[in-house]
Amino acid sequence: MLEIDLTRYLILAAAVFCVGIFVMMTKRNAIGILIGVELVLNAANINLVAFNRYQGGSLDGQITALFVIVLAAAEAAVAVAICVNFYKNLSTIDVDRGDSLQG
Amino acid sequence: MIRSFAHPMLAAPFLVLALWAGASAADPASAAPAAAGVQTATGGVAETILFYVFGALTLMSALGVALSRSVVRMAVWLFGALAGVAVLYFLLAANFLAAIQLIVYVGGTLVLLIFGVMLTAKSPRARLDTKPSQIWAAWAVCVLLLVALMTVIGRAEWPAQNPEAGGLPVAALGQELLTTYLVPFEVASVLLLVVMIGAAYLARQEK
Repeated sequence: MLEIDLTRYLILAAAVFCVGIFVMMTKRNAIGILIGVELVLNAANINLVAFNRYQGGSLDGQITALFVIVLAAAEAAVAVAICVNFYKNLSTIDVDRGDSLQG
Repeated sequence: MIRSFAHPMLAAPFLVLALWAGASAADPASAAPAAAGVQTATGGVAETILFYVFGALTLMSALGVALSRSVVRMAVWLFGALAGVAVLYFLLAANFLAAIQLIVYVGGTLVLLIFGVMLTAKSPRARLDTKPSQIWAAWAVCVLLLVALMTVIGRAEWPAQNPEAGGLPVAALGQELLTTYLVPFEVASVLLLVVMIGAAYLARQEK
């Protein structure tokens, strides 16, 4: 119980990942879904850094996590721009209303 | 209950900064082998306590995101989760990554999301409620997924090595980034340029 090993980090990351999936599934606000995506990305990052720490010797995990952070920032920028456009066209941010391509 | 937790959480960044100062002050000491031995002996308990405290903070904030219904509250809870993850990076000896997490994620991405909230809501506290059946379906899927992940984590044999006390220095990270990972690094910079232009184009005002 006193020793913190790899498994504890993996369990925590799995829990955060599942909560992120839950957020993505239940929110109808597009920004809310984005927040869920950020949670999922963070869970993956915890795993990467923990494996990097406990496998020893290299920095591959940390550098991958670094790229994930950069890509998350880029993704958030484009996604927020799309949300703003969505809101301009439909006057709502509810993703269930974005069904104009539906037959 | 969720409301009452929102304010104490605002102290988190100061705590993180204090921890960072402490970690960087302790860094030279870990270079000496004798000091490193002492540090791991006394650091074990502190590390355990810090892991549980900030792991709980991260998980609780993530649940707060899931359970709160207004987007602004969700963003504030996300702030708690991101700060908690930053502290976990410190515990995993990834100091630079923790600083980047605070600067880029908390200072950049989160602010961007809050801008998005403000630009897309008539009232920032507007709520969109989900149908109960959908919430139950999501619960079922997530619990199943969690059980599956736990089973895998519990059964697999991880070749765990005992980590060195200090971890690798930040200089090694920069060296790796500009030698082994030079191509992804350059691609990422081009990507950021494309994203900047693309986001400005998508969100522009119609004339």
